[in-house]
Amino acid sequence: MIRLEAIYVLMGLLTGGIALVNARDDSNPRRWRNTLFWGVYALLFFAGSYLSDLTNGVLVLVMVGTAAAGLGQGTRETVTAANRVASAQRYRNRLFVPVLVVPLATFLGSLLLKDIVIGGQPLVDPKQVTQIALGVATVLGLLTGLIMLRPPVTAPVVEARRLMDSVGWAAVLPQALAALGAVFAAAGVGKVVSTLATTYLPLGSPVAAVAAYAIGMALFTMIMGNAFAAFPVMTAGIGLPLVVQQYGGDVVVVTAIGMLSGFCGTLMTPMAANFNMVPAALLELRDRYGVIKAQVPTALLLLAVNIVLLSLFAFPAEVPAP
Amino acid sequence: MLPLIGILIVIVGFALRLNALLVVTLAGLATGLASGQSLPEVIAAFGKAFVESRYIAIVWLALPVIGLAERSGLKERSREVISHIRAATAGRVLLVYLALRQATSALGLVSLGGHAQMVRPLVAPMAEGAADNTHGAVPEQTRERIKAMAAGADNVGMFFGEDVFVAIGSILLIRGFLEQNGIMVEPLQLARWAIPTAIAAFAIHGARLLLLDRRIAADVQAAARDTEPRA
Repeated sequence: MIRLEAIYVLMGLLTGGIALVNARDDSNPRRWRNTLFWGVYALLFFAGSYLSDLTNGVLVLVMVGTAAAGLGQGTRETVTAANRVASAQRYRNRLFVPVLVVPLATFLGSLLLKDIVIGGQPLVDPKQVTQIALGVATVLGLLTGLIMLRPPVTAPVVEARRLMDSVGWAAVLPQALAALGAVFAAAGVGKVVSTLATTYLPLGSPVAAVAAYAIGMALFTMIMGNAFAAFPVMTAGIGLPLVVQQYGGDVVVVTAIGMLSGFCGTLMTPMAANFNMVPAALLELRDRYGVIKAQVPTALLLLAVNIVLLSLFAFPAEVPAP
Repeated sequence: MLPLIGILIVIVGFALRLNALLVVTLAGLATGLASGQSLPEVIAAFGKAFVESRYIAIVWLALPVIGLAERSGLKERSREVISHIRAATAGRVLLVYLALRQATSALGLVSLGGHAQMVRPLVAPMAEGAADNTHGAVPEQTRERIKAMAAGADNVGMFFGEDVFVAIGSILLIRGFLEQNGIMVEPLQLARWAIPTAIAAFAIHGARLLLLDRRIAADVQAAARDTEPRA
């Protein structure tokens, strides 16, 4: 059975390879820091499941310390612009094939892999089909690329290093935020926030209550970086007791649009790193908050729309005035 | 109140634009310590959660194939392809991607998009290429805006498309939460009430994408005025 652990070995090979390429690149003045950062990350992929929690924690702190000291980036061009243009003219639209293999194979894999049973054992761990499908799809895409483009053997890891170093430490930010979320949950941060919200927000009318619920979902999502973490807290604090029970709101409308109000918050927060910070790094934006800034107008307008929708449709016509 | 110290650290740290990875880690350690754990306990808890969420990083496995295709001229080809479509502008390219992303997400096909898989190698170069074809080389600041809007189109399309699909995580979470509170609802009812917001999201972000074309034209004109006296 293919488990997530097998995909982690691939990740270990990738990040370990990136560490090695950095170690050999003297065009990067901080190459040893990059080597340490990606090397430790590789170790966490290979051995994270077998090491003690404390050892893993110390390794994470080593990565964070290295990143805080500052990572560098090699400056050597792998291929000249003229070569790329010539190659683009040679391969034309075939260049899209290896790249498109990844999403298509992920999609097919997540549909089909879960039904394959070999010798009474499922081929992949049924709980992790999507992630495993993505991992397998990237391998298929790479193989397609290697066969079609016939690059030097080291090209995939050298090119991955170029992209990964342009993303830098932002690549591990989503994981650090997931860890922060776990710490917040254990410390009861959610309960404190919902107590504060219900104590201090003006909730004296149905419209005020739905507005407080929708805005509260957006704000708390911005703090937690994740609407899924905000939803149970805000819905138990304001949504169910006030909007639904006290003012007679329709539970389906309230919770469905409440969750979507949380998504408006996701668009506006650096805490949702994989949606906002990682793409800024991946697209090599100079402003790390560039993606968030581009999304804020949409998010605020949409939050206003959600509040209007809630006010109009959450309360059945015959509800008595409070 | 003490557990909120982590939130304070995060807000201050992000506002001061400190290294986000450092800020998040310190916030985690401070929150743990404030809730009465010892330092080794907090470090272990942080390490455990970090290792358990390694699956988030699997998307980086796409980098070797994307890097390989870029090395062979993928971006150059994307620009070339878009230059043959005369009606293509940056805003329209992104509008088409927004529509595709939202429609496929509504059918549950969330894995067909993504920043590493689609935006960096294909969508952003096509939008940039379209702008360059319309206006000649656009200023760097405009390029940044186009790229940021490309990432935004992926996010908006996915967030406000996926909730229309009944078997997506958020719908199941709402249903599970309500069930715990003794309220039974059907996923289909919840998904139906995601439709008005989905339509509004497409209208709002789509309109902003079309306005992007005007903004680009204005930027290009302003840049041309700035350089004229020297030329």
